[in-house]
Amino acid sequence: MKKEWPIWEIFIRSKNGLEHRHVGSLHAADAEMAIQNARDVYTRRQEGVSVWVVESKHITASNPEKSGELFEPAKDKVYRHPTFYNLPDEVKHM
Amino acid sequence: MDNKSRNLEEEFQARIDAGENIEAKDWMPEKYRKTHIRQISQHAHSEVVGMLPEGNWITRAPSLRRKVALLAKVQDEAGHGLYLYSAAETLGISRDELMEQLNSGKAKYSSIFNYPSLTWADMGAIGWLVDGAAIINQVMLTKTSYGPYARAMVRICKEESFHQRQGYEIMLTLCNGTEAQKAMAQDALNRWWWPSLMMFGPRDEESPHTEQSMKWKIKRKTNDELRQQFIDQTVPQADLLGLTIPDKDLKWNDERGSYDFGPIDWEEFWNVVKGNGLCNRKRLKARNEAWDNGKWVRDAAVAYAEKQAERKVSKAG
Ligand SMILES: [Fe+2]
Ligand SMILES: [Fe+2]
Repeated sequence: MKKEWPIWEIFIRSKNGLEHRHVGSLHAADAEMAIQNARDVYTRRQEGVSVWVVESKHITASNPEKSGELFEPAKDKVYRHPTFYNLPDEVKHM
Repeated sequence: MDNKSRNLEEEFQARIDAGENIEAKDWMPEKYRKTHIRQISQHAHSEVVGMLPEGNWITRAPSLRRKVALLAKVQDEAGHGLYLYSAAETLGISRDELMEQLNSGKAKYSSIFNYPSLTWADMGAIGWLVDGAAIINQVMLTKTSYGPYARAMVRICKEESFHQRQGYEIMLTLCNGTEAQKAMAQDALNRWWWPSLMMFGPRDEESPHTEQSMKWKIKRKTNDELRQQFIDQTVPQADLLGLTIPDKDLKWNDERGSYDFGPIDWEEFWNVVKGNGLCNRKRLKARNEAWDNGKWVRDAAVAYAEKQAERKVSKAG
């Protein structure tokens, strides 16, 4: 039998109140082992209070060659930012 | 080269020049990919093989304090290997292939780990000098152009500084001990000094990859620059220990603001690279045994996972 353990992406919440963040990946035979390994590899110095593991093959990524058409439309929409609007300095708390 | 790929290469270089990072799914020249697979995997193998000379001393550490520290350090190195293998895998090579390259002797790892660790003082010298040299290289690599490699380096650098400090503390304790203990520290420095300088690789004029690596911002400094930086920072640390660096040509050069040092025995370096170091065969044997003896565990884990998955399916059905 020759089978490589699948790759898992690891997400860690460093403390309650913060979101889980992607920290890296590792191999494990199943989800339970992925959590165990993530504990050993990514939280040896108390870096986390919660772990998510997702098998890499379940992640769909946007295509970098299509980044232009995906993200550029937001570029010229400066009116979505507060600094676009001219108000006199006397206006406070806005 | 056709026009399309020339344009792609120019665009790629422009992104690098602008200081952008390259990510796994981005277009990259085949040579950039290959160079990275080689460099990152060599780096990973070095972390893994690097556990052997130190693992050798865990059961013989002189106190519980030293033992837990050394154990934690060796465990960190396993983690470093894993971060780096993961980074290499983003470039389209599998973990099994990487292991095969290491175990068959096809892949290289840092030659320093082909030297034996003979006394407890070697644990001090390795942490101080070998991790010290590695840190200099790795700090530079946190700014490398390939994103997954750079991120692995940031994580690694955070963990490395304890490695060097625990090594230096071992040296310090020995140097403040008996005559015999201090002699042991000096002996370790004598044996590890020159191989540590060789860790930065051949001299710039003999390093054919340097130019391309600098252009692609894989490296930000040359081998000789890094080596000089290491010497300049380490000599005062040796002075503080009251130890003598085994180089009679070593002296401060006011004009350069750096230490001049004697010639490195490159013949020895190449000889170890070619596989004729004191421990090359022993290291590979240990790696192969670990891999072979772990096979039943890897297989059993897969069998268990498959069985659990089947059960889930049949329950659902
Ligand atoms: Fe390391
Ligand atoms: Fe280290």
